[in-house]
Amino acid sequence: MSGWTTHDGQAVALPLGDVDTDQIIPARFMSTPRAAGYGGFLFHDLRDGDADFPLDRHAGCSVLVAGPNFGCGSSREAAVYALVDAGIRVVVAESFADIFAGNAVNNGVLPARVAQTGEILEALRDGPLPALIDLTMARLTIGGTGYSFDLPQTWRDKLINGWDDIDLTRAHTAEIETFRNTRRARAPWAWPSTPEPGPNPAIHPQGERP
Amino acid sequence: MSRTMLDKLWSAHEVRRGADGASLLWVDRHLVHEGSHHAFAALDGRGAEVAEPGLTFGVVDHYAPTRGRDTVADPAIRDMIARLEGNAARHGITLFGLRDPRQGIVHVLGPEQGLTLPGLLVTCGDSHTSTHGALGALAFGIGATQVAHVLATQTIWQAKPRAMRIRIDGRLGPAVTAKDVALHWIAKLGTGGAAGHAVEYAGTAVRALSMEGRMTLCNLSIEGGARFGMVTPDQVTFDYVKGRPFAPGVAAFDAAQADWAALASDAGAVFDRDVQIDAADIAPTVTWGTSPDQAAPITATVPSATDPGVRDALDYMGLQPGVPLDGIPVDQVFLGSCTNARIEDLRAAATLLRGRRAKVPGIVSPGSMPVRAQAEAEGLDRVFTEAGLEWVGSGCSMCVGMNGDIVAPGKRCASSTNRNFRGRQGRGARTHLMSPVMVAAAAVTGTLTDARPLLEGRE
Repeated sequence: MSGWTTHDGQAVALPLGDVDTDQIIPARFMSTPRAAGYGGFLFHDLRDGDADFPLDRHAGCSVLVAGPNFGCGSSREAAVYALVDAGIRVVVAESFADIFAGNAVNNGVLPARVAQTGEILEALRDGPLPALIDLTMARLTIGGTGYSFDLPQTWRDKLINGWDDIDLTRAHTAEIETFRNTRRARAPWAWPSTPEPGPNPAIHPQGERP
Repeated sequence: MSRTMLDKLWSAHEVRRGADGASLLWVDRHLVHEGSHHAFAALDGRGAEVAEPGLTFGVVDHYAPTRGRDTVADPAIRDMIARLEGNAARHGITLFGLRDPRQGIVHVLGPEQGLTLPGLLVTCGDSHTSTHGALGALAFGIGATQVAHVLATQTIWQAKPRAMRIRIDGRLGPAVTAKDVALHWIAKLGTGGAAGHAVEYAGTAVRALSMEGRMTLCNLSIEGGARFGMVTPDQVTFDYVKGRPFAPGVAAFDAAQADWAALASDAGAVFDRDVQIDAADIAPTVTWGTSPDQAAPITATVPSATDPGVRDALDYMGLQPGVPLDGIPVDQVFLGSCTNARIEDLRAAATLLRGRRAKVPGIVSPGSMPVRAQAEAEGLDRVFTEAGLEWVGSGCSMCVGMNGDIVAPGKRCASSTNRNFRGRQGRGARTHLMSPVMVAAAAVTGTLTDARPLLEGRE
């Protein structure tokens, strides 16, 4: 994944709160291999039959501005694949669901938490505006007005450098090995027992009989 | 220094801490399912191996057909299952496949098989992984990139959440279940209400819950925005774990239990946020909208459409403000999912259904095949089939509709599941979330209705 420091694009408003990942990509599309492209699945059922859907009325926007708690619900990373494949690089919202925000960063998408998102949505009411995002400064400008966004340092570093966590963690392999051995000695119960061999009898789930 | 259970679980798994405070955590159990195919592809793409195949377990659930399992008709579903089978075999991972008598929904199977234990860190590429916290585990849902990371390193980078305690004290009323407790607090705090927090459920009403009830409560944490839910392990937990196939054997059990008993939050532990709920304030609850926080007691009416969000939700749901919830006709019912398809859930529904006929069609999908076998041993399957409901195999089924079990457009379903999002149960489907006994009541009357009068003389 390649990193980025600044992004220059058009911002479009999706003035909905609690946008869940089932809306971002309905579950029925998730068996598709990634190579096939997920862009066409983005907001599929919300867009279908709604010619006025913001992303269709204003094609080519790469900055999506939405209501609070964006990306709630299912942990499906496919929601981020759909955004990426449709050309979205930045989502601006007052707040994000935790799992979604992490998934976004892992795919090079900035989840920009901006307290004044309501104001931005208002400014975008009549249509898209130019947007400029600077990760180093943690600032974004939409329609000429500047805002700060909130982003943990590690996430900023990952987006800028396009870092892959597996590579980063590999540097700590020896430390992980030591941790594992200590844990195994101190908490041997944390390793699964080997079930009794033979046919697997249906185990009786607990709970009082009626 | 007094510590919360979150503090104790966190430090027991912290391999190192990064410069900005994120922790590299050791993962004790990693559960994968058909949806993990993106992560295996990422692993293969870099030529990496699974670091700890002995701590990784695969389960067929999301796409599991609930009928006709011998020959899976849909090629796309067959392919998804085959991909997991192939990945598990290639990496030496134990798989609970479609024809395994232990198969079930990952969040039912893990605790049931004794894979989930108090004090463990459990990850799975599914947001309802918070379920496992009911045993006193640190359990959370992760995305595909993180699944690949856990596969490759058996660790995960995670910023520590803030600690939140939800205390529910007092006694739950008749037909008021863990599901109602969850919908109640989520309605109160909102779907993002506990975002950034790990929720510890405490109080006398929580202590009085069975393991099944605690799992339902922790399962729904994510619907209030909390990635983690947990309950202090106690004798109920220890009794539940003991003797399960993958749990510590007799020789190791006492030492394990001593460690688990030390996990409880210290007396003076300080939480970043405390919420207090009186059990007596909770009624049988149903959702009326398209988000789990859009819920109300069954005795309430559909709220007025004061803001555009509510208006859109009511429009989608085909409901008018001011109409009593009790009496709204439903087209079908669904009893299943990782939230509410354990043996206790099936027993509760059967108590109401026994000797009655359902006015609408419905499916009952047990949380696992062992739950199914147990229910059959108790004759519950006959209660459901004699009522006119369909008794099927185990899987995620109509909760997420990925296996083809869907609700038709515009149809209204009384459902024991976790999400009433638009299109969740099928395109245009209208979902009302409620407890299993309330689903049973809806089946019998063909409407949303209060289960309490129907239970009189039955418990």
